[in-house]
Amino acid sequence: MDIGLGHYLSVAAILFAIGMAGIFLNRKNVIVILMSIELMLLAVNINLVAFSQFLGDLVGQVFAFMVLTVAAAEAAVGLAILVAFFRNRGDIAVDDASLMKN
Amino acid sequence: MSIAAVAFYLFAFAAIASGLMVVASKNPVHSVLFLISAFISAAGLFVLMGAEYLAMVLVVVYVGAVAVLFLFVVMMLDVDFVEMKQGFLQYLPIGGAIAAIVVFELIMVVFVWAFPSDAELARAHPAPTAAQTVADPNGPTNIEALGLILYTDYVHYFQIAGMVLLVAMIGAIILTFRTREGIKKQDPAAQVGRKREEGYELVDIKPGQGLS
Repeated sequence: MDIGLGHYLSVAAILFAIGMAGIFLNRKNVIVILMSIELMLLAVNINLVAFSQFLGDLVGQVFAFMVLTVAAAEAAVGLAILVAFFRNRGDIAVDDASLMKN
Repeated sequence: MSIAAVAFYLFAFAAIASGLMVVASKNPVHSVLFLISAFISAAGLFVLMGAEYLAMVLVVVYVGAVAVLFLFVVMMLDVDFVEMKQGFLQYLPIGGAIAAIVVFELIMVVFVWAFPSDAELARAHPAPTAAQTVADPNGPTNIEALGLILYTDYVHYFQIAGMVLLVAMIGAIILTFRTREGIKKQDPAAQVGRKREEGYELVDIKPGQGLS
């Protein structure tokens, strides 16, 4: 059986859905939410590389680089915000992080 | 099944199982370790697709930097993670339902995807240049081809990526930088700005009495 574009896209779709479910299931734990976002970006990268390969156009891989860069920057800034938040409040419970509301 | 198919299913199941464990694991440290496993499996998939350079970058950037960053933060913050797992079962029905719907829709999209005929493909990509032919044993390697277009046609995107990283670095430093109170620290301006009168004191001491 030949492995085609559909196989890779299916794997990416499943990974993306797992990442989305992770955001729902771990609503209190912002670290796991960040990890779920990383999973979703990984799924997007798999899609980009698969299309790049099967359509014979390298631009998809160049764009995957951009996604990778943004994902790394997002992780760094997100974790820095988390550390600052923890320093100010002593915990990282996101469901009562509503300082801006009142 | 060919070796490539076996490797594909191995990496695909490893990636999906690791992804599930990232979400479901009780201990965030285990989540990070499963995240590393998922990234390595995805790197394997990239190698199977012929994107060797991207696979190696994925391992270096994610496993080497991002995952270690996560591990560092998880272990540094003193948080009760057991309490945070509350509500997992409460949200399981809605989260699972939404994930199932998304998987169903995306895979439906995959299997009704109409692949263009060769003629249409040729019209969409008229005669790919030497830099754009992928995985030809006699042509340029993946990294060579990527370099040929990344530093020429897409050099502005490359530089924008550099700016994104620079801004992220500055932002992360500013967010976590703090000046602590009560530590001894050299202050060159104060040292240079010191006046002669503040530096010494003349005391008139009577003979035989000493200082007190």
